[in-house]
Amino acid sequence: MPESAASNEPYLKLEGIRKTFGSFSALKDVALAVANGELITFLGPSGCGKTTLLRIIAGLETQDSGTIIQGKRNISRLPAMKRDYGIVFQSYALFPNLTIFDNVSYGLVNRRKGRAEIRRRVAELLTLVGLADAGGKYPGQLSGGQQQRIALARALATAPGLLLLDEPLSALDALERLRLRGEIRALQQRLGVTTIMVTHDQEEALSMADRVVVMNHGVIEQIGTPQQIYREPASAFVADFVGKVNVISAVAEGGGRFRVGGLVLTGAAGAAAVTPGTRVRLYLRPEDVVINGAVAANANAAAATVTKVEFLGAFCHVTVQVAGAEDQPLLINISRHSIDRMNLVEGSPLQVGLPADCMRLLR
Amino acid sequence: MTTAVAAPRPSVVSAPVRPRAHWQDRIAQGLLLGVCAFLIVFLLAPLAMLLVKSLQDRDGVFVGLRQFQEYFQTPALRQSIVHTLAVAGTVTAVTIPLAFTFAYALTRSCTPLKGTLRVIALTPILAPSLLPAISFIQWFGTQGLLKWMLGGASVYGPIGIIISSIYAVFPHALMIILTALLLSDGRLYEAAESLGTPTLRKFFTITLPGAKYGLISAAMVVFSYTVSEFGIPKVIGGNFNVLALDIFKQVIGQQNFNKGAVVSIVLLVPVLFAFVVDWVMQGRQQAQFSSRAVAYAPKPRRWFDASMFAYCLFICALLLAVLGMAVYTSFIKLWPYNKSFSFAHYTFGLVDAGVISSFFNSLRMAILTAVLGTMLIFGGAYLLEKTRGVRGLRALIRMLAAIPMGVPGMVLGLGYIFFFNHPDNPLNGLYHGMTILVVVTIVHYYTSSHLTAVTALKALDNEFEAVSASLKVPFYKTFFRVTVPVCLPAILDIGRYLFVNAMTTISAVVFLYSPDTQLASLTILTLDDAGEIGAAAAMATLIVAASTTVCVLYAIVTRLLLARTQAWRRPLAL
Ligand SMILES: Nc1ncnc2c1ncn2[C@@H]1O[C@H](COP(=O)(O)OP(=O)(O)OP(=O)(O)O)[C@@H](O)[C@H]1O
Ligand SMILES: [Mg+2]
Repeated sequence: MPESAASNEPYLKLEGIRKTFGSFSALKDVALAVANGELITFLGPSGCGKTTLLRIIAGLETQDSGTIIQGKRNISRLPAMKRDYGIVFQSYALFPNLTIFDNVSYGLVNRRKGRAEIRRRVAELLTLVGLADAGGKYPGQLSGGQQQRIALARALATAPGLLLLDEPLSALDALERLRLRGEIRALQQRLGVTTIMVTHDQEEALSMADRVVVMNHGVIEQIGTPQQIYREPASAFVADFVGKVNVISAVAEGGGRFRVGGLVLTGAAGAAAVTPGTRVRLYLRPEDVVINGAVAANANAAAATVTKVEFLGAFCHVTVQVAGAEDQPLLINISRHSIDRMNLVEGSPLQVGLPADCMRLLR
Repeated sequence: MTTAVAAPRPSVVSAPVRPRAHWQDRIAQGLLLGVCAFLIVFLLAPLAMLLVKSLQDRDGVFVGLRQFQEYFQTPALRQSIVHTLAVAGTVTAVTIPLAFTFAYALTRSCTPLKGTLRVIALTPILAPSLLPAISFIQWFGTQGLLKWMLGGASVYGPIGIIISSIYAVFPHALMIILTALLLSDGRLYEAAESLGTPTLRKFFTITLPGAKYGLISAAMVVFSYTVSEFGIPKVIGGNFNVLALDIFKQVIGQQNFNKGAVVSIVLLVPVLFAFVVDWVMQGRQQAQFSSRAVAYAPKPRRWFDASMFAYCLFICALLLAVLGMAVYTSFIKLWPYNKSFSFAHYTFGLVDAGVISSFFNSLRMAILTAVLGTMLIFGGAYLLEKTRGVRGLRALIRMLAAIPMGVPGMVLGLGYIFFFNHPDNPLNGLYHGMTILVVVTIVHYYTSSHLTAVTALKALDNEFEAVSASLKVPFYKTFFRVTVPVCLPAILDIGRYLFVNAMTTISAVVFLYSPDTQLASLTILTLDDAGEIGAAAAMATLIVAASTTVCVLYAIVTRLLLARTQAWRRPLAL
């Protein structure tokens, strides 16, 4: 994450943001700090308040309470016109009756810049988004991905300090989405513009962001780098929402031990503090489960039987039944290679190990 | 975890944030306030005044409901209620099946010449409602060519009112039902066909339920149109009393304005009822259609198509016979004695008689109404839909904009007399001027135009305004550069609608004109009263000609515009 090393002041700081629609509370006391040049993604299920938060930052919606500081300026009460940002919507919102040139120069014309200068700037932006020749066309004549690039160019035209993107890729097909993901990230890093992107696609969030803000029901569940979000989820919701995870119900036995049916497991971060007898849930990612040869050194080893092999390409999802905890099927990620080598099919026996350091105990 | 992350802090209850409005937001809100003030002064206040007057006697003393009591004790007036409802009920019962069959032919059969049939079916809109009345007098009146068809009955009275009204409302019903049938989903038929559903069953299980709300809506429009209509019973009603005529007699005949107010309120009741039913139905209809409905493409069926075509031809022939008779009457010397061609009704009857000026007054009024009305209504709808702030005001304007459709023109006009003729009203100067005629017409036709504008605006991307704010471009600039060009077809449509209605309206203006602002449609009434039926027909023909010209111009301009802007207009937007 690019630190603004000189001062630790964040570029954008939100504090105590609340928003209700009637009796429905869309945002509950949201706080967030974004460093200069950072790309942040808001990730969360539909209706969790991502768009609302973005629109509040843009001044298109007014928070009920809370403050917003952008570049040392308190913008909490400023109208959208007085704030400094560029925005791209899911629908692109390109002006259909204006040419691409007029669309991109829309915000420049108003700033009393010379014609030649505007032309130069538009050419520069169009080149930047890889559509140098599109100037004379109309939005309706471009593909979705091209329109999105133009919307991006229009938002960047006035060199705003903050770029806001609301699900910019969700209307595109899978291939175009993948390509634009890389392009937007590269462009953002090149320009160093502080960016907030809303998405409900976890892969998109993890692959593009410096930091991910995971939201649910109007609260921020966790803020962290993609690695942190994935490896050290702060809540059951985050673990569940980002990636696949096994949820194992167990009863604490004290001393960092847990009983799962007829099995006793040890470990899991933060396990020692739990009062014996408490029902808990242990979280373990499918790819963290070790099998056969790798199991030996592991404390939490068990015998298991394969009940299902789901082919997904390079990887397979293998469901197994663990002896002693038959009622809790365990999902394991195994490479197609290993499956072939071990000749795993339904009914095959399998040794599994649940590494203590990968298991997490969550609320 | 990163240090920049702010830990969730304990809730601090801080003061609510009041956003600072930009001066441009203030402009928009000020303009919106202007629209609201317009509707309050020119719609709400006159109606409120009318209500107050109905509770006062001639001397301005508050008498509560006593006038209503007196009214209901007068047998002749009570009879008007029965007459009005009976006529409107009959017109509705006849028009709806006629229009439905016509719309069914246009949408569900492979009838040839669909475009032409549709245009002919819509021609009654171009004519003032007095035209069919005049025409039916010529056909069925004392000297009528087809008088024998009525047996011994006279066309002057309920028969004349009913057939003239059917002619006048037919296109309105047709348009509503046509829209309902066009909107229904073709995939339902495909599914039914794949299940081998018989035609009759498809009709009763898919077509009728799909058009249900459209049919009810059309019935309500026809009903309230007929109840409110004043010109037709005036010309062809004979001694048959209806409510609208009673208002006229009370106000113009007996100068008893307060009694007029009482009858107005009585007239308002059924119209408001129909209006509310229609409103509820439209809400349901919108919920019924998915946005991805597929248009139905009928397959040729020889006998069915032929009989549908025959039906449409028959209806069109009738409609043209009505219009044709009026035009013909205006060009012959004297029906039925001297049928030689002559311009005399135009030259002597209109020009030399000095009433031709009323036609130019009408033109001026219609142009002003179209231009100013479109600006006001589209601008108002834009501010309502696309700007921010002042929530309460918006809700109020939405409500006010819906009201005119539920208010008969005469009721509005009478309210204007009370409100603007009041000596203490600073707007008193408007009374009897051209301005008040333009304003009352705009208000009278506000609702439909407003809905057209709102529909067009809703089709635009919601974020245009947000994008221009982020680019620091003032909203009015985006309005002129993007919103208006993209909505131009709808804007022209509103202008045409207002023009045609301003040319033909009578009921809204009958109380408000002065000798200097006499209008063409009113002149028809005067000429008819004086027995100058040829000249009256000539004036009606002139109105039809003017309305037709504007509609043709509209069609040409729209086509040119679409051709020129095809570069950016996606096929969907067409
Ligand atoms: N103007 C409004 N009036 C009432 N409720 C609203 C309004 N705008 C948003 N909401 C509600 O607030 C909640 C959060 O909405 P928001 O648009 O921020 O969700 P989101 O996280 O962006 O969801 P999505 O992924 O579907 O876009 C939703 O439950 C929504 O119904
Ligand atoms: Mg959203």
